[in-house]
Amino acid sequence: MAETALTNTIEPPARPGGWRGIAADWSSDQRAFKNVSWGKAMMWIFLLSDTFIFSCFLLSYMTARMSTTVPWPNPSEVFALTIGDKRIPLILIAIMTFILISSSGTMAMAVNFGYRRDRVKTAALMLATAAFGATFVGMQAFEWTKLILEGVRPWDNPWGAAQFGASFFMITGFHGTHVTIGVIFLIAIARKVLRGDFDVERRGFFTSRKGHYEIVEITGLYWHFVDLVWVFIFALFYLW
Amino acid sequence: MTNFAVHLEAQQHSLQAQVHDTLASGTVHTTGQQHPIKLYLVVWGWLFVLSTCSYLVDYFGLHGHLRWSLILLFMVLKAGLIVAVFMHMAWERLALAYAILLPPVLVLVFVAIMMFESDYTHLLRVIFFAPVT
Repeated sequence: MAETALTNTIEPPARPGGWRGIAADWSSDQRAFKNVSWGKAMMWIFLLSDTFIFSCFLLSYMTARMSTTVPWPNPSEVFALTIGDKRIPLILIAIMTFILISSSGTMAMAVNFGYRRDRVKTAALMLATAAFGATFVGMQAFEWTKLILEGVRPWDNPWGAAQFGASFFMITGFHGTHVTIGVIFLIAIARKVLRGDFDVERRGFFTSRKGHYEIVEITGLYWHFVDLVWVFIFALFYLW
Repeated sequence: MTNFAVHLEAQQHSLQAQVHDTLASGTVHTTGQQHPIKLYLVVWGWLFVLSTCSYLVDYFGLHGHLRWSLILLFMVLKAGLIVAVFMHMAWERLALAYAILLPPVLVLVFVAIMMFESDYTHLLRVIFFAPVT
């Protein structure tokens, strides 16, 4: 009875670590995730399910690429850009990668300043993250436009295996959608941070939990996941 | 029994009130994940270095097993840094870390299955759909 009435705010006593800790945390009909709030646990579980979605996309891409008898278009040449009069392979994708990594860096620091309750710095860093994300989506739109003008379609392309277009639009499209949602989420939370909603427990979405800036970390988890997915797409689709 | 329960509840109320007081007065600010900014900057730098390395693999046109192993190595290192430091998984309890990190490993089984499947499809296509000479 006493156990069920406990709320998140009370620090639990020290618990064992290692395998013994896993057994202790998961057994005996109790909360499995001891020092993690429901919000953070649910974001992790959502990200796990999203991992499976992207895994399925990359798997279907792998299957298409391995089973086709027609040569696969060389991404190094497909995504090359001519800057000046030099043709640089994959340069746009490389820049997009650096932009997304930078956005992850600013996001990690925003989480840090959030827990220090530095409202202005947190909001500024989150908006910087959103700006990087918007830049990324813009460059992706440019890339799509370029490929579509060159004749890439989900069912056909000028360079080789027809499945290239379907895989490309599906994978990068879904990732771009995730980035876009992330940008919107970041701007919404940054506004709340700047306004001080988390300090005054203002009524509204995500603000009800006693002056905690944990939602910044939860937003950060989502954002880092988007970056994480790009790491895999960059390696497996663009570089392979 | 009832006396005991009542006693416990009373204790809890006072505890909750206490926690709420400390929160409201602002003496507890260091809840959640607190790590020095420098750590994030170092990881940021490493992610840049690793991304540059994987780009250079393509730039210098490395091929075959060297290319694939380097790409996978840089990919795993970057993913590990992001999950461990940026997403703070290194500091979470193992009960959460294993619950989240083990299931994706099972995807590798799916990968193995689909590799057999696509090899088989490829074989059939070569045998039955080869251009007639």
